[in-house]
Amino acid sequence: MKTPTRFFSLLLLAAASTLFAQPEDTLKLKPSYFEVNDYVEDNEACLICHAEMKFIIEDTTTGRSTHEHMCPDRIIDREVFYTSVHKTFSCTDCHSYDFNTFPHNVETRVEEQLLCMDCHGYDETFAQYHFEDIEMEFQESIHNVEEFTCWKCHDPHSYKAFMRNADDLEEAILYDNNMCLKCHANFLRFTLLTDRDEINILDTHEWLPNQAAHFRSVRCIECHTEINDSILIAHKILPKTEAVQRCTECHSSDSRLMHTLYKFQSREERKGGFINGVIINTTFVIGANQIPALNILSFVILGLTLLGIGFHTFLRIRKQKTD
Amino acid sequence: MATIKTYLYPVWIRIWHVINAVSFLLLIFTGIALHYATMGTGLIKFEMAVNLHNVCALVLTFNYGLFVIGNIISGNGRFYRSWREDMGANLWVQLKFYIGGIFKKESHPFAINKERKFNPLQKISYVAVMYICMPLIIISGFGLLFPETVVISVLKISGLALTAFLHQIMGFVLSIFLLIHLYTCTLGDKPGTLFKSMVNGYHEEHE
Repeated sequence: MKTPTRFFSLLLLAAASTLFAQPEDTLKLKPSYFEVNDYVEDNEACLICHAEMKFIIEDTTTGRSTHEHMCPDRIIDREVFYTSVHKTFSCTDCHSYDFNTFPHNVETRVEEQLLCMDCHGYDETFAQYHFEDIEMEFQESIHNVEEFTCWKCHDPHSYKAFMRNADDLEEAILYDNNMCLKCHANFLRFTLLTDRDEINILDTHEWLPNQAAHFRSVRCIECHTEINDSILIAHKILPKTEAVQRCTECHSSDSRLMHTLYKFQSREERKGGFINGVIINTTFVIGANQIPALNILSFVILGLTLLGIGFHTFLRIRKQKTD
Repeated sequence: MATIKTYLYPVWIRIWHVINAVSFLLLIFTGIALHYATMGTGLIKFEMAVNLHNVCALVLTFNYGLFVIGNIISGNGRFYRSWREDMGANLWVQLKFYIGGIFKKESHPFAINKERKFNPLQKISYVAVMYICMPLIIISGFGLLFPETVVISVLKISGLALTAFLHQIMGFVLSIFLLIHLYTCTLGDKPGTLFKSMVNGYHEEHE
């Protein structure tokens, strides 16, 4: 490694796929990307490898080249990126210019990453999102361990503010839960931050009746976070021993779902006439969904029935006595 | 006064009836516990109420199947089918008896015998309960047990919610029926006479 020959051989490098910028690659750049981003062509310097499953590394001295798989964690889907919240960004807005050197050197690869708060914190422009409160919740969360950053859940290359603009709640729930399952259902990713031997979501939730219906209808964070009314989505993930396990926390007229999943639902208009009415837009929660008018009517009918029976009984007894 | 004993309730009907009664009572109890579930400790734990409700529902459904098949095979179904043209007038006669005649020691307007097991009010209510309400509550209950079988949305309201409301309304109607059914069963010659019939199978009536 120390000899110049060795040194240059290691620099052999391979400006990988730049060599392979075939005409069909240009087809991968949709006009819609250019509509939202001014740096599409600049970004291609990165995406030409990082949007692909494989790349080619070449030794310029010997002329040898080889295909390598791109690590799945490093693959960025163009379509997803250019529809995400950061769709207007250039790669180098967040990443060092040193990444233009290929292969990337170690110092560059372990550079300190920008986090949400670096751009969004303490800025009036983003005040409505309460990033400061989210940061405080995260500090108290079970997720606050070394190397755990916002990016573990919110990939900045793909993140969409789904819940805030949820038209299809079921899709938003799926999107949200996939954030958790990305690690909690993928042992390889999970091992990056823990030494636990195994994970099995199905086993640990075996106690939950109608497991599939629950997984489909609510987010993991409904039970695994502490309610916080000041932010849209709670970020204080609780230890599993403190997760909600009492059915009536959701299945009751004062359902916690109204403080979590349905907190800021835009379709609140169907509240009238129903208890926790917004839920029935998409589903039904036993115990939480009631129609007060029907409840009252049922008590009136029951009362009248009992009154009628009582009165009839009274007349029969009186008649029996007079006979 | 001589007592006329008519064998009207064969063993299979009595067994069906007792299973129906027990599962019915448990379903009403657990159904109310689920509908009015509270955060505090209720009469029964929520998860236990769910499990008990599901088990009793399966028993009730199976039992209902036996009732329908039994009615076809044994001929018991004819008591539910034989509608007379003057049903409306008969209903009024029976109702008048309950609200007036019974207090004047009048005899029952429709004597119960091998050909006529139910009075007109019983017949219409039993037909409504067994052939309208029961199928509706069973089908809606199936929908709640297997939500994936229910239509997703009707007029922008969750199909599951509509199914649940139908289930609850039918549950309530059947609960009210049970109360009235229990009370009218005390209207025999003695308050316990008709209950005894469901134990030994014989309908007893004084001449």
